[in-house]
Amino acid sequence: MKIFKILAAAGLALATVIGAANAEMKIRIGTEGAYPPFNFKDASGELKGFDVDIAKALCAEMKAECSFVAQDWDGIIPALLAKKYDAIIASMSITEERKKKVDFTEKYYSTPAKFIVDKKGGISDVSADALKGKNIGAQGSTIHANFLEDVYKSSTIKLYKTQDEANADLASGRLDAILADSAVLLEWLKTKDGGCCKFTGPGFNDPKYFGVGAGIAVRKGETDLAASFNKAIKAIRANGVYKKINDKYFPFDVY
Amino acid sequence: MDMELLIKYGPKMFDGLLVTLQLVSVSLLLGGVLSLPIATMRLSSNKFFRGISYAYVYFFRGSPLIAQLFLVYFGAGQLRPFLQDVGLWGFFRDAWYCTIFVFSLNTAAYQAEILRGGIQAIHIGQREAAKSMGLGPFVTFFKVILPQALISSLRPYGNEVILMIKGSAIASVVTIFDLMGATKLAFSRTFDFEIYLIAALIYLVVVEIIRFIWDKMDRRLTRHLRPLSDQ
Repeated sequence: MKIFKILAAAGLALATVIGAANAEMKIRIGTEGAYPPFNFKDASGELKGFDVDIAKALCAEMKAECSFVAQDWDGIIPALLAKKYDAIIASMSITEERKKKVDFTEKYYSTPAKFIVDKKGGISDVSADALKGKNIGAQGSTIHANFLEDVYKSSTIKLYKTQDEANADLASGRLDAILADSAVLLEWLKTKDGGCCKFTGPGFNDPKYFGVGAGIAVRKGETDLAASFNKAIKAIRANGVYKKINDKYFPFDVY
Repeated sequence: MDMELLIKYGPKMFDGLLVTLQLVSVSLLLGGVLSLPIATMRLSSNKFFRGISYAYVYFFRGSPLIAQLFLVYFGAGQLRPFLQDVGLWGFFRDAWYCTIFVFSLNTAAYQAEILRGGIQAIHIGQREAAKSMGLGPFVTFFKVILPQALISSLRPYGNEVILMIKGSAIASVVTIFDLMGATKLAFSRTFDFEIYLIAALIYLVVVEIIRFIWDKMDRRLTRHLRPLSDQ
């Protein structure tokens, strides 16, 4: 009988070793899925976009097994804190306000914010004075919304659950202008509905409001995870994977 | 609770509460006016009128309020050229009017059903008595049937008011800064869940006030129905 015991123990030990070797890091990633071209759902409901491709590339680099969770934007940080997932890769700008609640990696891209207006509306000056009394739209819970709320006090600010809803209201004429990420707006301006409208004014990137680019958010204190993401971001920047994904979506470098 | 938070967002939430109350009272009033013809049609012997009001009530009670609001708000946005032609775009351009429009139509359907139930609960003898007194159908309805129907409808009306107060939080999805909209804004800047707790408490207090007023009204209006010892 002794031989059985030894065999059983050996088998158990072996299983443990193999198990450990196979136990890749498992990471659940939260994203919005309503922010084309960075993250969106295709016709079959699958998550696609720049953020998703970058996330997959980072996971491959980290040899981690990643799964995705789609979460409405205004609940995306609370859901991270509630451990519904482990990291947010959803074009989230790294701002001081958010750093009070979550930790960020280094940026993985950075594009300025811009206004778009109706082509026929005749707005070319987008200073706070010039837009006095106008209806300006933005997605709620974003840097753009915060910036408008603080700086464009004499305009009427309208906040939407998704960027698409704000876009629809600019196209229909309810809004006079929208402030959002320029790469996101560029994608919409190319569509049929977006034909109504054009960019105007400068790009905004005051770090006080707009942060220092989009980073990956993790729960406070999860420094190991943030560090491995940082390492992976450097690696895909160096080995050309990043550029390939970049070129798939944008005619310019978004880093 | 963070005092700084309260000072910064307290006034905004108070403004939001006023918006909520305004939205609900205007909608309830318009819906109430609208509910009278709908309820009358529901009780009509004419098949056509009955069918129309049945379909109306069926639609507005059978689909979610948020879907109705989205349909009108974003639907109107898509139909802008047409609405401009008929001169209605000025109305539907405004999120506030869209919301009042949908809320009024929605509560009209519920109020019509409350009213119908109230009217049907009046004993046939009341009509017969009115007729034997030589009252016409118009006077019978407004002076005999309706006042009694409203008494038995009071409680369900109270429920509808409370449902509307809570349901009005939906207005925040079409850019209106009602109590819920202001709460969301505050939350987006702070990620402090206490904000939602405070909002919930404010709704609770408003509902409790309504409940209290309704209780008083009910006791007063039904005092003739209670035994003398209970008055």
